[in-house]
Amino acid sequence: MRLELVPRASVSPIARALSPVIAIVLAGLMAGLVIALMGRSPMAAFDIYIREPLGDSWALQEMGIKMIPLTLIATGLVYCFRANLWNIGAEGQYTMGAIVGAILPLATQGMELGRWLLVIALIMGAIGGAVYALIPSYLRVRLGVSEILSSLMLVYIAQLFLDYLVRGPWRDPKGFNFPQSVMFDTGSTLPILFEEGRLHAGLILAVVVVLASTVVLGWSLFGYAIKVIGSAPKAAGFSGFSASRISLMVFAISGGLAGLAGIVEVSGQIGQLKPSISAGYGFTAITVAFLGRLHPLGVVFGAFVVSLTAIGGENAQIMLKLPLDLTTCFQGFLLLCVLAADALTSSSIRVVRTPKKEA
Amino acid sequence: MEADETSTVAGDSEKQTQMLASIEAGLAADSAQNSGLLVQMTGITKRFGSFTANDSINLGVERGQIHALLGENGAGKSTLMKILNGLLRPDEGEIVWNGEAVQFESPQDAAKLGISMVFQHFSLFENMSVLDNIAVALPGSIRQNGFNLGRLSKRIEEVGEAYGLALSPHRPVYSLSAGERQRIEIIRALLRDPKLLVLDEPTSVLTPQEADALFVTLEQLAQKGCGLLYISHKLDEVQRLCSKATILRGGKLVGECDPRKEDVRSLAAMMVGSHVPEVRSPALHKIGDVRLEVEALTLPAPDPHAKSLNHIMLSVHGGEVLGIAGIAGNGQSELFAALSGETLAPQARTILIDTMPVGQLDIESRRALGAAFIPEQRLGHGAVPGMALSDNLVLSRHGTDRLDRYGMVNFRRARRLSDDVISKFDVRISGKNPVASSLSGGNLQKFVVGREILARPGVLVVDQPTWGVDAGAAVAIRQALINLAAQGAAVLVISQDLDELFSISDRMAVLHEGSLSAALPTGQVTRETIGLMMAGSEVDDAA
Repeated sequence: MRLELVPRASVSPIARALSPVIAIVLAGLMAGLVIALMGRSPMAAFDIYIREPLGDSWALQEMGIKMIPLTLIATGLVYCFRANLWNIGAEGQYTMGAIVGAILPLATQGMELGRWLLVIALIMGAIGGAVYALIPSYLRVRLGVSEILSSLMLVYIAQLFLDYLVRGPWRDPKGFNFPQSVMFDTGSTLPILFEEGRLHAGLILAVVVVLASTVVLGWSLFGYAIKVIGSAPKAAGFSGFSASRISLMVFAISGGLAGLAGIVEVSGQIGQLKPSISAGYGFTAITVAFLGRLHPLGVVFGAFVVSLTAIGGENAQIMLKLPLDLTTCFQGFLLLCVLAADALTSSSIRVVRTPKKEA
Repeated sequence: MEADETSTVAGDSEKQTQMLASIEAGLAADSAQNSGLLVQMTGITKRFGSFTANDSINLGVERGQIHALLGENGAGKSTLMKILNGLLRPDEGEIVWNGEAVQFESPQDAAKLGISMVFQHFSLFENMSVLDNIAVALPGSIRQNGFNLGRLSKRIEEVGEAYGLALSPHRPVYSLSAGERQRIEIIRALLRDPKLLVLDEPTSVLTPQEADALFVTLEQLAQKGCGLLYISHKLDEVQRLCSKATILRGGKLVGECDPRKEDVRSLAAMMVGSHVPEVRSPALHKIGDVRLEVEALTLPAPDPHAKSLNHIMLSVHGGEVLGIAGIAGNGQSELFAALSGETLAPQARTILIDTMPVGQLDIESRRALGAAFIPEQRLGHGAVPGMALSDNLVLSRHGTDRLDRYGMVNFRRARRLSDDVISKFDVRISGKNPVASSLSGGNLQKFVVGREILARPGVLVVDQPTWGVDAGAAVAIRQALINLAAQGAAVLVISQDLDELFSISDRMAVLHEGSLSAALPTGQVTRETIGLMMAGSEVDDAA
């Protein structure tokens, strides 16, 4: 017996809207089963994972802080993935954005130059990420090098470069030999949104990027071209869209947003450069982009779920002694369920019986 | 290369006589088994969801009979053949083979009884030799019985000899013509010693001469007692070759007859279900100035399996249809890409649209000058499979129809224009704005053709306008092309279908191995001349 996917002729909009909900419920049930098998109460876990963070203002702010870089990076990845280009190196572009963005704030440290410096830092961060992303894209366009491998390998180069900087030329001389730079001036840090909180103005940037991307991807000719190139490259040529130009552009956008996320995180959250400026955001954002089904508004939802379970996971580790890896496990369930629900709304399953062999 | 091919074609008919003698000897021994019912399919019904692809169909093939299965695309021919071949299982009905009821669980079961298929599209490895291609497809039972490549190579030559299928086992497949490639498929089938050979549209890629050679082979096979099931919609071939025909329409059996005793129109009427419309010649109109001109276009092949274009010269006047005949793979796609701007010409002056040099302009700039293009491949080139029809309209008309405002697409206007195409070109759709891949081949092609024609082009280049399209849609498309020319546009049609070119073009030229012959007025050429030119022989302009 084998299973075949048969495309459905028409898909009801209700089924489309319901499919992510069903996916979340299923993933929750699967996670509950795993927790029960580990001898803990799934209900208590649900409480700690989901309910408590949502009712607590500190946890909500922490979620917001995690959502900002995830949303920025994943929105950029949506451009690439829709064009069927696999930028796996957002983590490296994020790091490079943080490094290039930090040049001015670090060079002028102590001069208290004011807000305009922050604006330039953000722009430089975005440019740093974009240029870094153009390396794999250019190699692909000109030499046919797989962007998957080259973008991934550039991650390690960026990370080790950052490591070198904060241990070498950019190390804080008064930092007791810790691998970290000096702290940014107040002028070059992103303002805090609410008093007594940690949520910074990067949130506003993320909202603007998501809304702008929704318009660009949904209604512009550029967004249309990306979709055509992703699904039928020959049709794109027929349509007059240059595959190489669009490939370079989506990589630049994707890298630019990852770079922006990097400098936003450093100037809004951390305040200095150090080797651990990312909690794997560049890789997690790949999951987020697919959880959001390659739509900018969906990305917000994906970032929300991932951040929620990350915060919940920390609590669960403390209170239920559940391993932190369980969170990754749950995110895996969720991704599988979302992709499966997606496939099953657009296709139906047909069972093809292979009868027993006659002797 | 050219000489080689023509000599094989000529060689076939020579060998044929000597071959017949040896076959007759074998015949005498087999004659007892050479008649009688070989296979009988009764009441075959197959449903896909709510759609009934085959509705209680009966089909019987006798030994030594060449039996035609006629029907338009979508009539249920392929489904029925897949059932006979064990690829699909019928919901109802039975198959009786040599007087015994059988059930096929897989193609292997059907193959064991001696049912072989030659498919319309070849499944060959281009970079491997004929021998390797045949060896790789042999069933395990043959391979285990002391099989080696040397013996197989001999067998191929023997079988080729016996059936007039000249083929050198060591030639790589990419160097073979379509006719020679088909011989590989047929030899593959013959090596299994078939009792019933099913051929699906075997002549669609052949020149008339290659088709003739194939018919000789098929007749020999029939004389040996092999049953043949010949799937086609080319009625003249069926009349020539087949002694019995089963006609399907819309999944139902509509008739059985002896095609030699029917006239073509009545057969066609049975297939299509009503009076067959023919292309009406357009009202008298003026032939105007040259609107599309190609001046000595030479392009190297972009990859080893593509063709280079050699010194192509052509001109198309306004009001005229120029037909370019030729077998697939002789440079059609490369010529189309060069004309559309998907490949740029070496110099701007090589291609002229309304006397404007456009050789270095991309496809959108050529569209802006009033050109339109319809590629051969509908899904994936002319249309994006997963996109709605209105989104597919944007594909070729975003630059010319005010669909692009400050970089934003006016999708509502695209929807209106697409609905216009749907209604004017009678595109049958389910739902309001379905995705391209859900349309049948004929309907999608009508949409693509309509999309380009409603852009009111001054120059239209179309590659294989009715490939894989049902007869009704094909006539509608041809009519639309003629009407467009009558309104003053220059229309260039690249097609493998000679009937089509004879019915719509004013002048015809032949593309062979990347070179284009001079264009001759359609009234002054015969199918034979064109056929010889398609096979690569030089023909004097005086022909």
